[in-house]
Amino acid sequence: MKLNQIVFPLVLALVASLAVTGCKKGPVKTTIIPGHNTSIVGPGNGPETVPPGGVIPGGEGPGGVDRGPGGGPLVDNRTEFDKMTRDPAALAPYTVHFAFDSAVVLNKEQANIASVAQALTSSPGDKLFIEGNCDERGTQEYNRALGERRALALREALVKNGIDPERIRTISYGKDKPEDPGHDEAAWAKNRRGVFILLHPKAGV
Amino acid sequence: MKKIIVSFLTIGLATVALTGARAQEIRIENVINILGQARPIPVALDGFTGEGAEVLKFDLYVQGFSFVTPDAAQYLIHGSDAGSVAGTVTDKFAKRVMLSRSYNGASLRRQAHTFADEIVETIQNKKGVGLTKIAFKAQPSGYGPGEIYIADFDGHGPQRITTDNAIVAKPAWAPGRLALFYTSYVRSNPDIYYHSLSTGQRRVIAGYSGLNTSAAASPDGAKIAMVLSKSGSDNIWVCGADGSGLKRLTTGVQDSSPCWSPDGQWICFATEIGGRRRLAKVAASGGAVQTLNTAGVSNPTEPDWSPDGKWIAFTRQSRDFDICVMSADGKVPPVVLVRGENPSWAPNSRTLVFNHDIGHRDVLSVLDVFTKQYKDCARATGSDSQPAWAK
Repeated sequence: MKLNQIVFPLVLALVASLAVTGCKKGPVKTTIIPGHNTSIVGPGNGPETVPPGGVIPGGEGPGGVDRGPGGGPLVDNRTEFDKMTRDPAALAPYTVHFAFDSAVVLNKEQANIASVAQALTSSPGDKLFIEGNCDERGTQEYNRALGERRALALREALVKNGIDPERIRTISYGKDKPEDPGHDEAAWAKNRRGVFILLHPKAGV
Repeated sequence: MKKIIVSFLTIGLATVALTGARAQEIRIENVINILGQARPIPVALDGFTGEGAEVLKFDLYVQGFSFVTPDAAQYLIHGSDAGSVAGTVTDKFAKRVMLSRSYNGASLRRQAHTFADEIVETIQNKKGVGLTKIAFKAQPSGYGPGEIYIADFDGHGPQRITTDNAIVAKPAWAPGRLALFYTSYVRSNPDIYYHSLSTGQRRVIAGYSGLNTSAAASPDGAKIAMVLSKSGSDNIWVCGADGSGLKRLTTGVQDSSPCWSPDGQWICFATEIGGRRRLAKVAASGGAVQTLNTAGVSNPTEPDWSPDGKWIAFTRQSRDFDICVMSADGKVPPVVLVRGENPSWAPNSRTLVFNHDIGHRDVLSVLDVFTKQYKDCARATGSDSQPAWAK
């Protein structure tokens, strides 16, 4: 108890000083994601009548769990991306890797960014999917957010190279889609990556 | 004998609200002792041999009881689980039968869970968790596609809810309803679904471009907090339970894992401020972000606020993950309890369900935060994680 009385003010002081000195970076530049105003929402199913109460009543739990596929048709510009043909091989050589727990695009990756920008510039009808991935260290949801930050950082880098942000969609797989399912530094280094999937317009469209 | 009585009184002090400044101070000191250090209530279990014994031992252990010889016990639990469950609870000191029950109908497991609940209620004067449910994410190979499941809180009776064969994440219960919120990649994007377990129907609550994940329903069920990246960064947003009235709450760069205070006034979440990971809270109606003091525990994430409002459990990310608990008012600094991540409170505000890694597969486990006693749940698939306790 005594120790806590001493330590608490110290910690508070430390927090206060961090709060004052911690904002050197300035605002982080972000580009709004295309379709940001439209949620792709399936048809509603109307109000439900479900008995209240935290414990599920009756027998060994709810019966008759229907496993039908959910949702309805996609309605915003996500559809435009989903209708296109995925070409994972085209930009595979330009996969970008990241440092541990970082979404900073390293200088050594600028050549890859330039190559992806070049491919998009030379094929104006194509669009791009950026997949952000993480190694297995870090919790699942922390990594899901980190993977998104990596994909968004790559998108920003492409925008700086003159690419229209409306042509790019991001997706984070967190640590759920490892390139190498191993558990050592070599595997982790491979898994901390941003993958570029080129999208071509479907033939005849 | 004296020691036994003293330890029981200590638990009583922690859970019974006292009044007056002096009493308040005593209570706080005891709470510090209690987190992870309380002595379990010693009971002797006799006459149960099969599945009933297994259920009673699991349920009582994770709610702060230990099993000792009749000589060392404070309470004697005697009965049978041959065919059906029947039993008595005797207070050895008062030489008084406190509880006498026999059950029929339903399954033997359910009878034993019910008896465990009545024992907890009789001795601790608290509602037991024996008949409660959890939802979780199940992945056969430990990564990649999975499905959302529900099960009894001890992992028995698993039921698959989705058939997406896609990456799924972070189930959360709609309070007081047979319904879940969760994230599924089934439409090639992480979208948040509302899924009624009574009708089997579901709909997308948040399907914006970018990340839609970590849904958490407000205690009254009217609102959802979640993480969206549609503004170009990972932030906390709230909307109505049907997805309407979307509002951005935070503007940080690394916001994740929102949870609600039980009064619905606050949303607690993990963020990064000044280059350091912090826990923070923001009024559910919007306003300034306030950091929480995690007193030197580094890289906190995944907060969950106890239903009684007293505690915040969270995960410490270091080389391994650890479950920590601190008081929500900041008066009791965090106590590191056990290895694990994704803590979710039981309705009793003393037991947590979480997952931990065994041989690169996640296993669900149930922990009593006061005695630090924990037991692994039955496995549903190769890897079970991100549990959410129905409340």
